[in-house]
Amino acid sequence: MNGEIIAFSILAFVAIIGALFMIQLRKVVHMVVALVFTFLSLAGLYVLLSAEFAAAVQVLIYSGAITIMMLFGIMLTRHGDEEKKGSRKKSVAIFLFLIAFAFSFYIGISQLDFGQQETTLHVDNTKEIGILLYSHYIIPFELTSVVLLVALVGAILLAKKEEEE
Amino acid sequence: MTSSPLALYLMLALVLFCIGMYGALMKRNTVIVLISIELMLNAANLNFIAFSKYGPNPSLFGQVFSLFSITIAAAEAAVGLAILMAIYRQRKSVHIDDYDSLKH
Repeated sequence: MNGEIIAFSILAFVAIIGALFMIQLRKVVHMVVALVFTFLSLAGLYVLLSAEFAAAVQVLIYSGAITIMMLFGIMLTRHGDEEKKGSRKKSVAIFLFLIAFAFSFYIGISQLDFGQQETTLHVDNTKEIGILLYSHYIIPFELTSVVLLVALVGAILLAKKEEEE
Repeated sequence: MTSSPLALYLMLALVLFCIGMYGALMKRNTVIVLISIELMLNAANLNFIAFSKYGPNPSLFGQVFSLFSITIAAAEAAVGLAILMAIYRQRKSVHIDDYDSLKH
């Protein structure tokens, strides 16, 4: 139990620091690289929550695919190095809104506890998820493949250069 | 101060969600706005998985749901970047303030 708390603290610290650096850094590429640390430590947290398969998916999809895709998006467009500040009034308004939002949710969740029950989530995690996907969740699973196909075709169509008439 | 593990995970997710929302609302660069939205989705996934272990009824359903959400997030990122490319070709800019042709 104690080791779990220590691991949680380190991973949560890295995740929050990565996200804060994403907000603070000046160069766009550095922002994306800072967020990779957040994604990786979230994968570590998934392992702590006995979700090994979700952790592997997180590393592959988020810190692999999505980061590389965002880097491509940055490389293919031109960026000024300096990010100009927005208006001060808007910044203060959003900040106050976020404080109120976070506080109201904090009241709701700070005392939440359902008690810890003995779970068998970590036993054959990937196998159990596979069985669940192909029995209970078979229709959403198949629909997901349609969504991915539509997104693939749509992305190619949108990003294709329009031909000269 | 609380010590329940579920509350700790939920608070971490809340912090990440707030940082992501701040980035999505404040940043002028469209790529950073997209990736901030990914951070918000990630915080939601953390909630799903935390509840799947520490919730009132622990089961694998939360993990499976987070897998679906990751899939949809990946599709959303791909389409979002494709739209960004298409707009960039027209406007030669990645700043969100320059995308205002629907305003006039």
